[in-house]
Amino acid sequence: MVMDVVSDVMNKKEILMQSPPQPPKISAKGVDAFFGKVQALHNVSLDIPQHRVLAIIGPSGCGKSTFLRCLNRMHEVAGGSMRGEVLLDGEDIYKADPVSVRRKVGMVFQKPNPFPTMSIFDNVAVGLRLNGLAKRSELSDIVERTLRQAALWEEVKDQLDKSGVSLSGGQQQRLCIARTLAVNPRVVLMDEPASALDPLATAKIEELIHELKLSYTIVIVTHNMQQAARVSDTTAFFYLGNLIEYGETRKIFTNPEKKQTEEYITGRFG
Amino acid sequence: MSKLSTKDDSLFLRRKVWNNVMQSLCLTSALIALIPLILIFVYTVSKGAGYLNLEFFIEMPKPVGESGGGMANAIVGTLVLVSLGSAIGLPAGIITGIYLAEFGNNKFGFMVRFMTDVLSGVPSIVAGVVAYTLVVIPMKHFSAFAGGVAMAILMIPTVTRTTEEMIRLVPHSFREAGLALGIPQWKTTLQIVLRTAFRGIVTGILLAIARVAGETAPLLFTALGNRFWSTEIDQPIGSLTVFIYDYAKAPFEDWNNQAWTAALVLIVMISALSFAVRFATRSRYSEK
Repeated sequence: MVMDVVSDVMNKKEILMQSPPQPPKISAKGVDAFFGKVQALHNVSLDIPQHRVLAIIGPSGCGKSTFLRCLNRMHEVAGGSMRGEVLLDGEDIYKADPVSVRRKVGMVFQKPNPFPTMSIFDNVAVGLRLNGLAKRSELSDIVERTLRQAALWEEVKDQLDKSGVSLSGGQQQRLCIARTLAVNPRVVLMDEPASALDPLATAKIEELIHELKLSYTIVIVTHNMQQAARVSDTTAFFYLGNLIEYGETRKIFTNPEKKQTEEYITGRFG
Repeated sequence: MSKLSTKDDSLFLRRKVWNNVMQSLCLTSALIALIPLILIFVYTVSKGAGYLNLEFFIEMPKPVGESGGGMANAIVGTLVLVSLGSAIGLPAGIITGIYLAEFGNNKFGFMVRFMTDVLSGVPSIVAGVVAYTLVVIPMKHFSAFAGGVAMAILMIPTVTRTTEEMIRLVPHSFREAGLALGIPQWKTTLQIVLRTAFRGIVTGILLAIARVAGETAPLLFTALGNRFWSTEIDQPIGSLTVFIYDYAKAPFEDWNNQAWTAALVLIVMISALSFAVRFATRSRYSEK
């Protein structure tokens, strides 16, 4: 009798311990991307888990940025076209309004690009203001919160009305991250966010990525393999528009399955 | 190992001489370009400043034969005409410029661009003839409105092309940043791209205004000129330039002098507008 109860409890505990497999945050299915007639991506399928960091690596021109831009419909802004499906929480973003997709899937670009005519405050608030997402009274709270999230608040709290471009490159990039976070996206895409920055600023951005994954799902494109190894949980290796290998970062970097992945990671090409 | 060239090296000397020659050539050219500007300004001041007094600004022209009087109606007339021209020409020009820059990479855009370029080369008197045909003949009389239309026709190409060029100078990354924040395209264009290009566009607008404020020919048979006070837009209206034209060729010395004063007032008005607008739209973040 007692044993039954114990085994019952044990069973329940086991059920609790086994976290149910989480559905992917973003699921790309058979994505082909084109620039005019040139095909930049060939049949890429990839599931991106929630609250994890996915790093996309590969040599220049391999389609990493194009894939990233397919995830928030920015690919079509550059005049490209695509086939296939991209599901965000199970919903096909190519059947939705691109404006609402981009609100849920934010993007940080390679070169810091704060708006030069706006103050630091306005740069963070712009997405909320122009989308009418926040009341005037809430704005300053949201701006402070997102600047803190982007680890920039302490450096800029006394100069919020100064121009966004008066900051250093690394600060500008964190300002752009704050700007992206302010509209409260579910996913943050980063296109080589640290490639224009010095090592110290890069370290700060990487630290930030670690903290942000608690609240967001992050996809980062990077040229820097050490960076991919440091910040990511899963890694995807692209080559010539194909997804060659995708898996846990540790496994990709220590024991890759494909020869091409190994050659790229060990620096034999790329 | 070759030695570094020293100061008395012949190659070094030759380069140094050439550098100096070219630099002085540039300076001389700049000075030559400034000469007509300075001459015009100095001459206008010396001829016109003597007759510049309060009377000129607040009194009406005196009948022929009487001396004195002012050009209050012409000063106000020029302001009315320029405002009318701007009210019609600026929105049309700016919106066309936005269209060309953002959506104009097609045949229609190419055609519009080509025609704007042609329009900017059309002599101003032709703009007057067009306004005469379109407005004066149907209305059966001359009017300030017709003058404003003629001015607008002259402003549109300048404003359109500067707006387009300035918007094209805005880096693509700002557009992408706006769109990636989930801001709709029209708001991105108006609130981010246009705002970034704003100061350049203002310069284009000022150039256009300065150009039409100094026009006489298109006004002669549209706004006609008026020696009496009028701010009615459907009536003929006086303007400084038409007064200068009439008074300068008149056989009275008094009138000739007033023409110089009118020219000086016009120059100062345009400069003052230019300074005022630049001050009002100066960057909040002065370049360090």
